[in-house]
Amino acid sequence: MNYLIGENLTGGYGGADIIRNCNVSVGKGEIAVVVGPNGAGKSTAMKALLGMLSLRKGRVFLDGNDITGMSPQERVSHGMAFVPQNQNVFVTLTVEENLEMGAYLRRDDITETMNQVFELFPVLKEKRRQLAGELSGGQRQQVAVGRALMTRPSVLMLDEPTAGVSPIVMDELFERIIEVKRTGIAILMVEQNARQALNIADQGFVLVTGENRFTDTGEALLANEEVRKSFLGG
Amino acid sequence: MSNKNRAFLSFSIMGMMLIIVGFGQSWNVALAIFNMCLISAVMSMGLNIQWGYAGLFNAGVMASSAIGGLTAVLVSYSPVMKAWSEGGTSLSAVFVSLLITIVMGLLVWKKIKKGPIRTWSMTAVVLTGYVFMRIYYDEATVAIEAVEPAKTGFLGGLGLPIIFSWIAGGFAAAGLAWLVGRISLGLRSDYFAIATLGISEIMISILKNEDWLSRGVKNVTGLDRPVPYEVDLQKQEWFINLVNWFYNTAEDGSSISSDMLREAVMLSAGVYVKICYSGLFLAVLLIVLFFATRALNSPWGRMMRAIRDNETAASAMGKNVTSRHRQVFIIGSAVIGIAGAMLTTLDGQFTPGSYIPLRFTFLIWVMVIIGGSGNNLGAIIGAFITWFVWIEAEPVALWLVGYVNLLLDETNPLRSHLQEVAPHMRMVLMGLILVLVLRFRPKGILPEKVPDHY
Amino acid sequence: MENSIDLLNALVLISNYVLIPSLSYGSQLALGAVGVTLVFGILRFANFAHGELMGLGCTATIFFTWWFQSMGISHSFFPTALFAMPFAMLITILLVLAIDRSVFRFYRLNKSRPVTFVVASVGVMFMLNGLVRMLIGTNEIIFRDGQKFLIKAGLFKKMTGLNEGLALKQTQVLTVVLAVVAVLLLFWFLQRTRTGKAMRAYSDNEDLALLSGISTERIVMVTWIIAASLATLAGVLYGLDKSFKPIVYFHLLLPIFASAIVGGIGQPVGAILGGYIVAFSEIIATYAFKKFITYIVPANFAPEGLGQLLSTEYKFAVSFLILVLVLLVRPTGIFRGRVL
Repeated sequence: MNYLIGENLTGGYGGADIIRNCNVSVGKGEIAVVVGPNGAGKSTAMKALLGMLSLRKGRVFLDGNDITGMSPQERVSHGMAFVPQNQNVFVTLTVEENLEMGAYLRRDDITETMNQVFELFPVLKEKRRQLAGELSGGQRQQVAVGRALMTRPSVLMLDEPTAGVSPIVMDELFERIIEVKRTGIAILMVEQNARQALNIADQGFVLVTGENRFTDTGEALLANEEVRKSFLGG
Repeated sequence: MSNKNRAFLSFSIMGMMLIIVGFGQSWNVALAIFNMCLISAVMSMGLNIQWGYAGLFNAGVMASSAIGGLTAVLVSYSPVMKAWSEGGTSLSAVFVSLLITIVMGLLVWKKIKKGPIRTWSMTAVVLTGYVFMRIYYDEATVAIEAVEPAKTGFLGGLGLPIIFSWIAGGFAAAGLAWLVGRISLGLRSDYFAIATLGISEIMISILKNEDWLSRGVKNVTGLDRPVPYEVDLQKQEWFINLVNWFYNTAEDGSSISSDMLREAVMLSAGVYVKICYSGLFLAVLLIVLFFATRALNSPWGRMMRAIRDNETAASAMGKNVTSRHRQVFIIGSAVIGIAGAMLTTLDGQFTPGSYIPLRFTFLIWVMVIIGGSGNNLGAIIGAFITWFVWIEAEPVALWLVGYVNLLLDETNPLRSHLQEVAPHMRMVLMGLILVLVLRFRPKGILPEKVPDHY
Repeated sequence: MENSIDLLNALVLISNYVLIPSLSYGSQLALGAVGVTLVFGILRFANFAHGELMGLGCTATIFFTWWFQSMGISHSFFPTALFAMPFAMLITILLVLAIDRSVFRFYRLNKSRPVTFVVASVGVMFMLNGLVRMLIGTNEIIFRDGQKFLIKAGLFKKMTGLNEGLALKQTQVLTVVLAVVAVLLLFWFLQRTRTGKAMRAYSDNEDLALLSGISTERIVMVTWIIAASLATLAGVLYGLDKSFKPIVYFHLLLPIFASAIVGGIGQPVGAILGGYIVAFSEIIATYAFKKFITYIVPANFAPEGLGQLLSTEYKFAVSFLILVLVLLVRPTGIFRGRVL
């Protein structure tokens, strides 16, 4: 049963529709990946799920509840966490302070959650007192994800987490993301590196010009001739 | 209400206010206010060119006015020959040193490759140059200032008719603006404001301190005039006859006593002189308005506004934003400089100490914002209204306080305190007006109209 | 011929006329600059009314001081103003919050251009200036009481037998001590409390802060409270040390802005460092070094002139030169603040 569902999402940034009748969903403890060529509307679909877009048509469901009318802040307090593509850490704050800020809305003791994050991302524990701005690209992404995890979300949404990182770092990041999935969180990812992303995906959504083109498991999509030829370079 | 109607209404109301002052206080007062309004209107148009056309926040308006005033002195005052002879050689030594320093500096910059050697050589050149210039400069200034310090103590000017200084003032202000623009344009708005503020403060410091230039705080008085002197007028037969005729016809036939005539002649002389000034200032104002309107409606004006409204898009289209800003900044400052020269002419004296930011920078800002940024007529009406409120606020406040004091009993200390602070109420009033207009009517009284209108 | 006595004299001279005044003035500038830089970094505009805010804080303090003195509350050693200051701070804070609510909040909610905020702050500056003058007049006021000198020049000369005397005013020591205390408190707040960290986060990355649930209005309110308190402190210390004159606070804007920009916009540490840099530069550039040089160099090398780099009139030129240098060479400032 899918935990987060975007149904027939249609809308844009005020002018023409960028996404049309788009369907995206993810279940608990699953990784769903949205891929497609540039300008396909991947990030837009994610923003729609977050409530940062005015939808002309379509609805969003979280755990069976219709949250289409909720503001982004409300959705965050209902368990949705978002890691933006750029400027996703506080560069002048330490790693630990970044995590603290991630848990800003929480009033209870956050030490346990922080330890869980440190377990997931050991390198963060090592560099907890370093300024986030001094870390490498891959480490910064880990801080960004860790920051999002501090609210103990039920859904984690990542916008192109491996943009601009080296292949080795990308592999490591994906490994961490799988670890996060194992804790039972639903993970929705928009990715440019389609092949590697689909590799770890339980569900895959291929968007082209704002519409669903292919929807299947990651494995199936990887094996699909058409998908391979168009997006994965044969 | 269309802009044209609004403009007509505003000017009419303004006119009526002045007439009321004329009857209520005196015609001399009304005309004095009118003349200051005209000058302020030119200043306001200059600032409007910078803010309304290009969105530049110039916090150093007072420097342009001050340099205009300085030019009035330097053009019209007769040269103090003794000062030139005493300090001439040292002064030339300063210039020669300056030239050598610049040449050396340029040589070092161009010939030596970038690196520590070049930096150190430049520093050495600059420092040595400064030391030499300083020595000759001190020599020169001491000599010049020693020449009859009570009366002159400075170099004097060119001895030309003062009206030439109005154009010269514009050029001088333009030159200063070029220099300032070189340094501070290209910075974002907050930094630009601070930079212009700083430069204007320094400019005034120089004027107050360098006695050899314009007597510093000793001020230069008795400046030349483009219009007759009241005392001269009062002695002229044609004038006395004119006044006699005027009052006779007004009083229905019976001739007036010689005492009353004398008084009437004195008052009328003042009025006559002021009207002469009004004519001159109005002419300047109309000329500036004409050119400003032409510029606004020209392709150049349209491009300036396009840059103002969307700088990133404009520069992406290949427009050199900084050089356009520089043009606008220079032109606007030139207009303000002209007004500065006019003001000093009207005052008949140059007092560097009177150039305070609140009066000469921020008050002009209020004028532009109230009137309507980007609209030339708006700048004019804004100037009229602002100056009128500024100058009448003090007497009105005192008058109000007088009434309030009637309610308080004799021994209440509040009475004298209120009387003391009445003049400062206009400060609060100005700030309040600025904030209110900015918030509730940010477009001003005469909003900017898309071209083909004022 | 130099000897150790001459060197000591020179040292005392330079301490008396350069070192101590610079530390004192620098502390005052630093406090003002920190307030400005916080507003710059979080509210993202140059607050032209900050100088007048300092003046207002000082005015309120003076009123409370007079009131206390009239009630017989005073201290034999410390200036009464010190005890009056917390009350004045409260008033200033309330006033600033009211100003924000009625003037700046509108532009914040409408995401207006930074320059609109600046023009509005000019209007506020007018009003505050007028208010100060209306409340307290335009004359110079000396409201210092308590013990003026900790070390008197004459006494110093007697005790040490030196030619030069060292005078240490209590206000100078107070300035430095209070400035240090204020700065330490501020840093404890910024580094160790949840709200402080949230402020730094907001200044760092507004969008991400909002995403983390940090509320703008709360941060803004705290910023104004801190800025108003620091402005009051700076204004009072300046007024105690020298004297109170309503017009002086506008002129302090330039060195304060210079300090903030030199240190890096939004960087409190930078603002503090900047304050001292500007203060030392201003005083060194306008100090007549003649006597100092006479002590140090052999007799026949003594200079004829005053040995002054710039006349005292040009104090502002120094701040401005520093400003221009920074903007041309390194616009982000020493600690790489944001470039507006």
